[in-house]
Amino acid sequence: MIARLIPHPGLSAFLVLTWVLLTNSVSLNTLVLALLLGLAIPVLTASYWPDRPRLRSPVRLLCYIGLVVWDVIVANFQVARIILFMPHDQIRSAWITVPIDLPSPEALAMLAGTITLTPGTLTADVSADRKALLIHCLHAPDPDATRDDIKQRYEARLQRIFA
Amino acid sequence: MSLALEILVSAALVVGGIFGLIGSFGLLKLRGAMQRLHAPTKATTVGVGCTLIASALTGLAATQAASWHEVLVTAFLFLTAPLTALYLAKTHMLTTPPGELPPTGTPRDWSNRDAPG
Amino acid sequence: MLSYALTFALTCFALGFAMNVLAFARAPGLPDRILAVDTMVVNGIALIVLYGVKTGSGLYLEAAILLALTGFVSTIAFCKFLLRGSIIE
Repeated sequence: MIARLIPHPGLSAFLVLTWVLLTNSVSLNTLVLALLLGLAIPVLTASYWPDRPRLRSPVRLLCYIGLVVWDVIVANFQVARIILFMPHDQIRSAWITVPIDLPSPEALAMLAGTITLTPGTLTADVSADRKALLIHCLHAPDPDATRDDIKQRYEARLQRIFA
Repeated sequence: MSLALEILVSAALVVGGIFGLIGSFGLLKLRGAMQRLHAPTKATTVGVGCTLIASALTGLAATQAASWHEVLVTAFLFLTAPLTALYLAKTHMLTTPPGELPPTGTPRDWSNRDAPG
Repeated sequence: MLSYALTFALTCFALGFAMNVLAFARAPGLPDRILAVDTMVVNGIALIVLYGVKTGSGLYLEAAILLALTGFVSTIAFCKFLLRGSIIE
């Protein structure tokens, strides 16, 4: 019953928070409207998102987000250096395939987003059976090392976060 | 506004401006459609992120109350940048010759060219 | 010092905006044009936020939120149109 009324508690909390941030004030009518939206939208969209993602450890998720933010900062300096100082003929772009073994589509989406935001890599597509990601590297002298790096640094952590 | 805060805000503004400029410059300089996709998705997003940090700090100093709109804009930009890049990459793949892409290593093809069903 | 940094950032993003217009004009294909417009939107958000800092008004941030929302949706809609030939499936 409760699972039907609140299909995604995380999404509900996120919607309430977003609405309060949007109105930029915490008053009774803001909260009532926020709760209303937070309850209605997940129910109305439940058929598009049937399974609830199972988080195994939220603490690890926070650590993961911290790691990604740090990597994004480092990534930007690397990409800036490539754009500014590397001549065209030295930039070696490459397509690579990364085989993926993740339990849920949510984890896969998170990995794809992480890859796009971090050093010189960009997720371009996923195989139709969701077992491999197509990634474009801006400058990868050693594509195999990039692939192993993605698998060890991000995928292994996500496997531990999502059950 | 205290001196330390002013230095922090100025640094955020300068770094943000430089990264924003680099992102737009990369769009002009890099060759090849996929290479060009890398520049704006990273540099520009962080450039705007730095600008928003500066805006949040000045707002905090001026009114003594936190404005949360900056947090929303930043979160929104960082959530949507990968999606925009993914869709643009998919659009580029339409014109990429099939032999250029590596094999998936699985029975099915890349979802962009895999026949439905 | 703050006003110098502000002017510097505004100049940078305005230059970036001009570069995007050039990239838009020189783009070899439609996907490149969409990319140029998308970058233009992001630069526009930065310009609006900076102008808000300059005038000391929080109202400009609401415009920035709206631009972030509509810019994202329009980019996805353009890409969807190129991918499928229709926007709503």
